[in-house]
Amino acid sequence: MSLRRILALAFKEMLQVWRDPRSLAIALLMPLMQMVMLGYGVSLDIRHVPLCVFDQENSQASRAVVERFVASGWFAITAALDSNRAVSRAMDRASCIGAVVIPADFSRQLASTGTGPLQIVFDATDTNTTNIAMGYAQGVVALVTADLDARWTAARGIRPSGVGVVDLEPEVWFNEGLESRYFIIPGVVAVILALVGAQLTSLTVAREWERGTMEQLVSTPVTPFEVMAGKLLPYFLIGVIDAAFCLLAAIYWFGVPFRGSAGTLLLTTALFIVVVLAIGYLISVRVRSQLGASQVALLVTMLPTTLLSGYTFPIDQMPAPIRFLSLLVYPRYFVTILRAVFLKGSGLVELIGPVLGLVLYAVVVLWLAARAFRKRLD
Amino acid sequence: MTDAAPAVLAEGLTKKFGTFTAVDHLDLAIAVGEVVGFIGPNGAGKSTTIRMLCALLRPSAGRAVVAGFDVVHAAEQVRAHIGYMSQKFSLYGDLTVAENLRFFAGIYHVPHALYDERRRFAISMAGLEGRENALVRTLAGGWKQRLALGCAILHRPPVLFLDEPTSGVEPQARRQFWELIHRLAAERVTILVSTHYMEEAEYCNRIALIDRGRLVALGSPSELRRHELGGTLVALACAPLGAALAALRDAPGVAEAAIFGDRVHVLLSTGGLAAADLPGFLAARGVHADVAQPIAASLEDVFVRLVAGRARAEPAP
Repeated sequence: MSLRRILALAFKEMLQVWRDPRSLAIALLMPLMQMVMLGYGVSLDIRHVPLCVFDQENSQASRAVVERFVASGWFAITAALDSNRAVSRAMDRASCIGAVVIPADFSRQLASTGTGPLQIVFDATDTNTTNIAMGYAQGVVALVTADLDARWTAARGIRPSGVGVVDLEPEVWFNEGLESRYFIIPGVVAVILALVGAQLTSLTVAREWERGTMEQLVSTPVTPFEVMAGKLLPYFLIGVIDAAFCLLAAIYWFGVPFRGSAGTLLLTTALFIVVVLAIGYLISVRVRSQLGASQVALLVTMLPTTLLSGYTFPIDQMPAPIRFLSLLVYPRYFVTILRAVFLKGSGLVELIGPVLGLVLYAVVVLWLAARAFRKRLD
Repeated sequence: MTDAAPAVLAEGLTKKFGTFTAVDHLDLAIAVGEVVGFIGPNGAGKSTTIRMLCALLRPSAGRAVVAGFDVVHAAEQVRAHIGYMSQKFSLYGDLTVAENLRFFAGIYHVPHALYDERRRFAISMAGLEGRENALVRTLAGGWKQRLALGCAILHRPPVLFLDEPTSGVEPQARRQFWELIHRLAAERVTILVSTHYMEEAEYCNRIALIDRGRLVALGSPSELRRHELGGTLVALACAPLGAALAALRDAPGVAEAAIFGDRVHVLLSTGGLAAADLPGFLAARGVHADVAQPIAASLEDVFVRLVAGRARAEPAP
């Protein structure tokens, strides 16, 4: 191995990147743009669910129920309707995804039987949103019940007995506000780096084959490892800059709390960048055309990364075979690492599993890439 | 490496791509300091042969030794001892003259102490003084090719392989390029250079003619002109031309007859008519002819005859 040859290659590659400002701009700005789009676009929190109300009673009690829905912040009342047909029309037009129907004898039943019947209809085409909205609705109804209970006991001058009542005090750790953003943004950083990193290097060898410069290069005593090291070095710098952009945006723009150590973050990020660049390089070596390499890179990184990295779809809830498959999806390790470093402040010791996963990946892919580089044309 | 051992030796060198045989049992020995021209039609196997000798393609059969190293078993040693210019221009167009030189000096491990002098040499050889900071893609063809040669010899390789280095370069620049080749040969660099310009063949010590993967002829330009035609070439003015041609084609000892302008070129093999007999032979058949003049065959005559003869003997598949 010759350091001089590696540096000669790295310097040459750097000059070429520098002389191609358009590609450089794409390499540096693309991740930021993706960060903004994915960071804002992907959110699992549901606020202001559009809801219609068909209040057949329109009493003080029924209005109190509706107010509770509004006050929760999770729902927005988009229309007050006056017939079941109007409800079904509103649902058809998708002007609301749910309707609260309060029967005309709501107060009477409440007074006589102690139970007030309340109907909520949901449009379940989007099951995910509906499930979450139903959860919110149950929470609201629980509050309504508690209100009624308190009023009922107070009216009779009875102190709450406390008998048989279990008071749950939920205490949420690491993401106290239950902000799904905090959970998703670190994952988004991992996904972006995985996609951009592979694209960065996927062209580097293919371009030289297409331009004819590779035939000259392989006729020299340069070794496959030297070519790989020399070519990865400049892109490593770009990858680090990209990562810094994304991580700083996560912390300062999206306000994700950062509780870990900068050292752990730096080390694991550098490791991940090596993996993603090596993947792109391996593709570039195998596919000797720029267009082909870029498409293969997109294909092999995009789907597995978005679907199986666990950045939105939880891996724990996948069927066992898919879960097993996801072990091969290297971004999942970095998604885990970033979340833990950001929200739990985990260090290398706690993260030894995913870190070793990435190390193994880096070693195997670099080895494959160095082996795949042929110094012959046939 | 002693002078007695050839700088380049190919024995039964063969390359097959699937069922297509690009190079077919080629034998070639090039002495140290020799300039050998590789001539042949497109697709004859010139580039494939050169790439095998540069250890860029693995021979399907046979062996080759370059600068004392086997191209299969000591490929890296071969690469360290050769300079190669591929058919396609292969310097970095988005790098400057100086940056390309520095890059290849790094790749070839040119000692730092020697680099400055070699860089200056390459730049003056290419005629690029004062243009060191020009991007290579902005240079005209001749300068590009001379710079590529300069980069290929930065490590002072004993053997140089140049694959059509002058194609697409204007005649003036081509002549300059050949001067450089001979300057290098004078310093005992062995050079195998392929070309499809016939006049360039004359600049070589020896010529290897290759056609459809086979070495068809090998020798100095004058040897080839003398022997490979297989007879004496004469020209004679005669009238009418058509009748002369018809008569000559059936004449004993006439290998070939063809019209060139107002004259007929006749290739005479031994054992038939002599040049002096031609006017009488033709007069007897009602054709008036002047005295036959012996003429020198051009290399093109030789190649056309060799390649055409092979095509007749074994039609291409």
